Amino acid sequence: MTAITSSAASPRDYSLTGRDAKLAVENGLAAAEWYHTEIQRKQMKALMQRSDQPAIRDTVIWLGALILSGAGGAWFWGSWWCVPFFFVYGTLYGSSTDSRWHECGHGTAFRTQWMNDAVYQLACFMIMRNPVTWRWSHTRHHTDTIIVGRDPEIAVMRPPDLLRVVLNFFGILDAWHAMTDMARNAAGVVSAAEKTFIPEQEQPKAIRVARIWLAIYIATIALALYLHSWLPLMLVGLPRLYGAWHHVMTGLLQHGGLADNVIDHRLNSRTVLMNPISRFIYWNMNYHVEHHMFPMVPYHALPKLHDMIKHDLPAPTPSILAGYREMIPAFLRQLRNEDYFIKRELPPTARPYREELHNDIPMAAAAE
Amino acid sequence: MSDWVEACAAGDIDEEDVMRFDHAGRSFAIYRSPDDEYFATEGLCTHEKVHLADGLVMDDIIECPKHNGRFNYKTGAARGAPACVNLKTYPVKVDAGKVLIQVG
Repeated sequence: MTAITSSAASPRDYSLTGRDAKLAVENGLAAAEWYHTEIQRKQMKALMQRSDQPAIRDTVIWLGALILSGAGGAWFWGSWWCVPFFFVYGTLYGSSTDSRWHECGHGTAFRTQWMNDAVYQLACFMIMRNPVTWRWSHTRHHTDTIIVGRDPEIAVMRPPDLLRVVLNFFGILDAWHAMTDMARNAAGVVSAAEKTFIPEQEQPKAIRVARIWLAIYIATIALALYLHSWLPLMLVGLPRLYGAWHHVMTGLLQHGGLADNVIDHRLNSRTVLMNPISRFIYWNMNYHVEHHMFPMVPYHALPKLHDMIKHDLPAPTPSILAGYREMIPAFLRQLRNEDYFIKRELPPTARPYREELHNDIPMAAAAE
Repeated sequence: MSDWVEACAAGDIDEEDVMRFDHAGRSFAIYRSPDDEYFATEGLCTHEKVHLADGLVMDDIIECPKHNGRFNYKTGAARGAPACVNLKTYPVKVDAGKVLIQVG
């Protein structure tokens, strides 16, 4: 690992309609051709093959555990025994839906498209991400990953807002923004930023979904008032807060502290080895360099892809804890110098980073 | 309008797969369906100009490798976001073991 200070213009303008958005287009960083490891067509075709079986198995386990833990929480409501049940329910509701939304949005989880669509809609509701808006924002995230002014899904902007990061472990700001966005969309308003990545013909769909969701939340609140109980909200809505911790914990590792404004996912994404429970919740998105390089590969084939291309990638971060030991000092450093980032070292077997593609970052010269 | 161009040998493409063919500064994608029929479309995704030949063929669908946009390669119809604009299709015939497409 090498720590780098870049000479990029500061402060960064993350607005999708601002200065850096225009600069990214002028500098050829928007919709650029990204580096990818060479894989033979036959091997890639085998990796890309879709199958319903793994995702059906995982979805049955996921929904089964969700129903049982939710029922347990409701049954023991009013006693401390409900806490472990709601811990499991909240994590499945407020965290595992992040990866379900994501994989089904790519259309890779199941071979059968209606199954992808059904889980996508359900997971989007739980994670409070408008299925239309986020489908298109994620498309942009893959086109322009961590390109300032272009990527609408940069979780930690520079300099890092660490209070926001901590609050989001409890879903507080994300849920607030999700609710205000839902109310705005339900009122028929699509923001200027949303208009930069949602095609005009898709915008009415975002409004329709927001209105349906608003009706569901109003009904849930009405039921809670009628019953004089928080229980309906503990089952619908609030799990997005008390269960968000796992998806924030894993999500920050995806790109946190790494380079921005580069077109090589080995520089701006992180693969982290994790325990099997986190990998189930996260649906293997810990193989994040691999996912960004080859988004057509389903989650269940990512370990195989990792084995196939690891000779060309930085060594994976060995654990979640190791990831935070690397990332937190980088965030703290970026408070004083927002151009600071971590450059992952490549193994001798890898094709080197193409310095000419990242010529605004003096990667070799500025090592500290 | 009889500008048929030889693209490849019929056996160059596996069943349920796709191959890239460049001609006169244009890029095409040639498909062999599971029923052993051949089809051709423009080679770049209408969403963000990525080569479809790096994508996945499933039944009569080609899925773009970058954003998973879907098209019916037999008709060119866009079948899934972020693909919204249809692909152009081109006539194809197999003659003496060669795949020919009419590029005009």
